[in-house]
Amino acid sequence: MVNKDKVIIELRDVKRKFIVGDEKVYALRGVSFKIYEGEFVTIMGTSGSGKSTLLNQLGCLDTPSSGEYILDGMSVRKMSKNQRARLRNRKIGFVFQNYNLLPKTTSVENVELPLMYNKEYSAKQRKEAAIKVLKEVGLGHRLDHKPNQMSGGQMQRVAIARALVNNPAVILADEATGNLDTRTSFEMLVLFQKLYSEGHTIIFVTHNPELAKYSSRNILLRDGRIVDDTINTNILSAKETLDNLPVEETVDDLITESESRDD
Amino acid sequence: MSILNLFKIAIKALSNNKFRTFLSMLGIIIGVAAVIVMMAIGQGSKESVRKDISKMGTNLLSVRPGAEKMGGVRLDPSEMQTLKIADYEAILNNKKYITYVSPEVTSSGQVIYGAKNTSTTIYGESPEYLDIKKWEIASGSCFTDEDVRKGAKVCVVGKTIVDELFEEDTDPIDKVIRFKSIPFRIVGVLEEKGYNNWGMDQDNVIITPYTTVMKRLLAQTFFQGINASAISEELSDKAIEELTEILRESHSLKDSDEDDFTIRSQQEMMETMSSTMDTITIILVVAAGFSLLVAGIGIMNIMLVSVTERTREIGLRMSVGARGFDISNQFLIESVIISLSGGLIGILTGWLGTLLCNHLGFPASIPMWSIVVSFVVCTVIGVGFGYFPARKAANLDPIEAIRYE
Repeated sequence: MVNKDKVIIELRDVKRKFIVGDEKVYALRGVSFKIYEGEFVTIMGTSGSGKSTLLNQLGCLDTPSSGEYILDGMSVRKMSKNQRARLRNRKIGFVFQNYNLLPKTTSVENVELPLMYNKEYSAKQRKEAAIKVLKEVGLGHRLDHKPNQMSGGQMQRVAIARALVNNPAVILADEATGNLDTRTSFEMLVLFQKLYSEGHTIIFVTHNPELAKYSSRNILLRDGRIVDDTINTNILSAKETLDNLPVEETVDDLITESESRDD
Repeated sequence: MSILNLFKIAIKALSNNKFRTFLSMLGIIIGVAAVIVMMAIGQGSKESVRKDISKMGTNLLSVRPGAEKMGGVRLDPSEMQTLKIADYEAILNNKKYITYVSPEVTSSGQVIYGAKNTSTTIYGESPEYLDIKKWEIASGSCFTDEDVRKGAKVCVVGKTIVDELFEEDTDPIDKVIRFKSIPFRIVGVLEEKGYNNWGMDQDNVIITPYTTVMKRLLAQTFFQGINASAISEELSDKAIEELTEILRESHSLKDSDEDDFTIRSQQEMMETMSSTMDTITIILVVAAGFSLLVAGIGIMNIMLVSVTERTREIGLRMSVGARGFDISNQFLIESVIISLSGGLIGILTGWLGTLLCNHLGFPASIPMWSIVVSFVVCTVIGVGFGYFPARKAANLDPIEAIRYE
């Protein structure tokens, strides 16, 4: 599945410093890696490890202080704000922890959003594309529902559909299961594994080490540096785990479970 | 993003907050309506003043003694004794562009009939005065040239005099009234003219031969003025030239001397009045305009709130590829929609207000250009006061915006 001939993302000694008061704070202290087409990479690290900063770099929301970031053959570092906006629009699909759907707006309209900023799509093409991806994520029956009429899992599916609609080079998920209960989290993982099997490149940023077992590669970040980068040869099936989950789990159990995991 | 989509988004965002949108529109509605009504009242009163003046005759010319200045000293024109019978005769003999001429001597005082009296002004004129003023006789007739020659104690009176001095149903013709103890026999009653725009009762007059006033009342040999009418309004200027020439010759003025009289045309007067009305209108409109400014600030305020409220939405839009330009356009269009639709409703309200004014008796008519101006002003307000919030939205950092709580 992984296409070693095509590099989607290449980071060369990327550094990012922030000036806080009089001090220089390094959030990234020289990060280099390549991600090939079709990989499902989890990027892990505790808070303060620089994973949010790295995600902002990968998502072209920010530019490196030094080093080079090449996305699908294009160097991002010297790009203007508008060029990066265009790049995000064409090459990247974001999935956020808190879904970030527009309120009072139907699923189809939410999914259409990235295409609204792409003049090459007509209104009809937008709608068709949105309906197609919504069906792919299993929401063919929720096309005209608004966020307040849907469950967390359904909202995240809409968000994933929105990330897919522009047929991006890479899907960037930021704690995409963070707001969901265990069962729904695994449902999302099933979906991500399905997308992976279809050849999508996925980068999943999380602080939950368990998720690493379901991805094809795991990058561990600490203090702005990569401390571990392993290819996972034994990818667990999220579908199997989901099927084996006890059904009668209560919300309270889930909370204690996730708290103990956090510790 | 296309303009059409931006409009759709803006309208959706505004309709999500209907009451708030309405409130920010209300400022514009009130402001525009006020400006429109003020302009309409200004325009309406100007028109009514013009109508009144032209009723008095737009070809009217009046000669008054005295130049603007005499040897550096301005004298009271009524004390100057420069306009005499000779001047009047010179005009009568040489006029080409002038149709009617009437000398004028006036005096104010009490007029008495029986036990009743009232304060009025007596005008010594020639019979042509009524032609100059386009004044009709309601009953009886005017005094004649013969009366003028003899200095007869006859007069025509205005409606107010009749109302004040006589019981209802009394025919005032041939009754004798006294002005400063001199008896005048009424030969005619004038058509009612009503009040003029300066609030003067035009019907509170007694008109009598100028010779009578000069000889019997005031014992003076000069006129306070001469009224004349040009053949037509267009020929007013020619008539003024002609009058000047005649009077200069009759006063034997040298070329280097200044005129010792002034001639004013009704047209000139009309222009003065118009410009006064314009000034008043401008003051009113500026006052109303301030409410538009306040309304604009209201829009800016609500747009700033809206930007803060929708920070996450802005962050999301940016992360899926919206440029700063797209974001600022989105908010600009919202504020333009508020101000333009507010403007439209304001124009409608202003129009209704104008109808109400007319109904209540204030003359008001909306000048077409004021509608155009309102539209332009509303667009300027929408863009102007929407610009700062829109810039603020466009300059947000998507990283912070998307995680904004």
